[in-house]
Amino acid sequence: MSEAAAGDQLPPLLTLSGIVKRYGQTVALADGALRCEAGTIHAVMGENGAGKSTLIKIISGVVSPTEGEMRLDGRPVRFKGPGDAQAQGIVCVFQELSLLPDLSVADNICITAPPRRFGLIDRAAQIAQARRLLALVGCEAIDPRERVRDLPLSRRQMVEIAKALGRKPRLLILDEATSALTADDVARVVTLLKRLRREGMAILYISHRMHEIRELADRCSVFANGRHVQTFEAGARSEDEIVRMMIGRELSQMFPPKPALPPGGAPVLETRDLAWETRLRGISLSVAPGEILGLGGLDGQGQREFLLALFGCLSGVTGEIRIDGVPSEFASPRQAMGEPQRLALIPEDRKTEGLMLPMTVAENITAATLSRWRRGPLLNNAAEREAVDEIVRRMQIKAVVDLPVSTLSGGNQQKVAIGKWLLAGPRVMLLCDPTRGIDVGTKQEIYRLLRELAAAGTAILLYTTDYDELIGVCDRVAIFYAGRITRLLTGDGITEAAIIAGALDIGADQKEQAA
Amino acid sequence: MSGSSPRLFLRHNALPLLAAAIFALMFGLYLALQPNGIRTDVLVTAANKGVLLALIASAQTLPVLTGGIDLSVGAIVVLCNCLASTLLSGTPTQIAFGVAATLCGGLAAGMVNALAVVVGRLQPIIATLATSTMFYGVSLLLRPNPGGDIDDDFASALTGAVGGVPVSLLLLLAIVLLLWLPFRRSLTGRGLYAVGSSEASAYMSGVKVARAKACAYVGAGLLSGFAGLLLTLVAESAQASAIQAGDLTLNSIAAVVIGGTSLFGGVGGIVGSILGAFILRTIGDLLFVLSAPPLWQPMFQGLILLGAVSFSALPTLRARNRLETYR
Repeated sequence: MSEAAAGDQLPPLLTLSGIVKRYGQTVALADGALRCEAGTIHAVMGENGAGKSTLIKIISGVVSPTEGEMRLDGRPVRFKGPGDAQAQGIVCVFQELSLLPDLSVADNICITAPPRRFGLIDRAAQIAQARRLLALVGCEAIDPRERVRDLPLSRRQMVEIAKALGRKPRLLILDEATSALTADDVARVVTLLKRLRREGMAILYISHRMHEIRELADRCSVFANGRHVQTFEAGARSEDEIVRMMIGRELSQMFPPKPALPPGGAPVLETRDLAWETRLRGISLSVAPGEILGLGGLDGQGQREFLLALFGCLSGVTGEIRIDGVPSEFASPRQAMGEPQRLALIPEDRKTEGLMLPMTVAENITAATLSRWRRGPLLNNAAEREAVDEIVRRMQIKAVVDLPVSTLSGGNQQKVAIGKWLLAGPRVMLLCDPTRGIDVGTKQEIYRLLRELAAAGTAILLYTTDYDELIGVCDRVAIFYAGRITRLLTGDGITEAAIIAGALDIGADQKEQAA
Repeated sequence: MSGSSPRLFLRHNALPLLAAAIFALMFGLYLALQPNGIRTDVLVTAANKGVLLALIASAQTLPVLTGGIDLSVGAIVVLCNCLASTLLSGTPTQIAFGVAATLCGGLAAGMVNALAVVVGRLQPIIATLATSTMFYGVSLLLRPNPGGDIDDDFASALTGAVGGVPVSLLLLLAIVLLLWLPFRRSLTGRGLYAVGSSEASAYMSGVKVARAKACAYVGAGLLSGFAGLLLTLVAESAQASAIQAGDLTLNSIAAVVIGGTSLFGGVGGIVGSILGAFILRTIGDLLFVLSAPPLWQPMFQGLILLGAVSFSALPTLRARNRLETYR
């Protein structure tokens, strides 16, 4: 506490000024400035491509700045690598998880400095240390001996946070660390961060979620187009002002208007008592053309598996899937995307399942519809290119189509992943958390696109962990709990209170739909 | 294993345990059918052949764990074989020097590989293919003509038996207990698995990536050196043979896979590879005692190998989520 109180005399923990980072011709960061002090939570905001990620990478020693000065405790520093930054007490929880899938949770948490005895890693002490850190983040339920590969994404994220805390950071950086978490976990993280702040830690918090920033931040810095725009005390600017700073334009309305009348007509897709292993326990749902059906609930209640089952990714599924009233079975995604149903799935992890990262933007866009761009045994380049240009225009993808898709920002990558399936003209579109870790501007574009597709008759199933999205985008919302649907909300009944109650399966005033 | 949980132990070690069961079955069958009965000399012959491949498979395991591969292990064995064939004679001091020099030869070859892969950032498969030819070239210079002068007493002492237990098997056990197990629990050992599991994540976690990779190739060189030494003592001669080098390398990869180490890296270990090597060796012996027609033997051997390797694909068949097959 004494350190925080004497903050005026001591130099700030970390200051950055005039930081520039160039990659060849591209300027990733034109003017980075930041000041982190012990005992404060500093929020960094900005759209994707605003330069936040580059700034974080520089602070955590992943890349070196081209120009500019970085001072730690008032002394100039230059980090040789992430290990060097960590040794100085700067620890980052990355958005792209830095966990090792084949090692156990305990191995991962203690990866850099495991407890040792006679020079060798002391497994028992390591497990005890992992248990203690997991308890600190409120995840006693995770077995430290479990392999990380076997954990769901939200658990991995908590392990990642526990791992960061194990290094006793002076400056903790959370880069979109809450984007994969359930509301429960977010609350735990928020409590934890407040405690760490009291104990004098400096925290840098990068998030797209305004209400988390409102609750946590002492100070906010906004970045746009690679420049530091403004730093201000929390509460000194309204949310509209902040958003204007971030995108340089008015945020007219987050969500496009819903149609007044709920779409009717015969369902294009129906399921009856769909079950798989222990994860799906009898899901009966139907979705009509032009309808956006939300899948809600806590993370990992079977929503993901439901979409995978529909798309032919799971074997041993029981129950029935009907397309236009006709029972159908899909043994692979290739069958699921065929006529007449033309399903499309935008998977959860765009980097491994949604895109082929080393291939070009153009190759990715036509990957799901290759047979259409064929002339004889060869690909018809002219027709393919025409289709690609059409998608790039429609999705407003900011990229050179002949560059690898890996060079794009997260938001543009997701647009490519969605554009690929747009080209297939799906009748039913399945989306698995499509806006995770994506900036406000791109989110809005995706919402508008979904509504357009629905207006043109596409049936849409949208799984999202963001309650605002369920409320703002969906015509109906099915709440999943332990592989069953506990609530089916429609129209004005889609409220935050109803979603949360359903997600926790409390106050069962509406009867359970699944028997 | 501290903090043991039988469920997790079984799940994480399914393939090596399966390999152990298969080996026990095959070797039991071999002993039962063996016309001369279970005698020490039968065991010693089987052990010497098995340990030789087990050492090379152990060497191969280290780079494979990092997600790489070492196509030069066979050539390093041949190189050390040729080196040892000129040094393992004379006074006990001279022989001791010869042993040390042979192992240093293996180490040096491993360092060349580490240099190419870690400092030169070449892809392991092509880098070690190139160095493999280099090592073969050096072997030719050392021993243009087959032959060698090896101290008889020393050779028979190390390839014989003590109290009915083959000495080579004891040496292998010592290597596992004194080198591999402590290494696995060291920081660098953990780094090896981390790099193979996800190199980028390992780097971001502050793991010493370069050190772990270099250690894998240098370790592979050292273990190949041990194998070269054993080969010299068993054969009591040496020959600079590219065919033998290639054969040993390919068999080492097969043994690694049978033993449950993933070619993608991050999963497995030397103990599994040793079992894999013994399985591979027993296939030939088994065909012999079953008196399979000699002309058919290679084909049978290939078939059985294919069967054994496909066990490592079993977990994929069980996957109910088809996506997992493509990860």
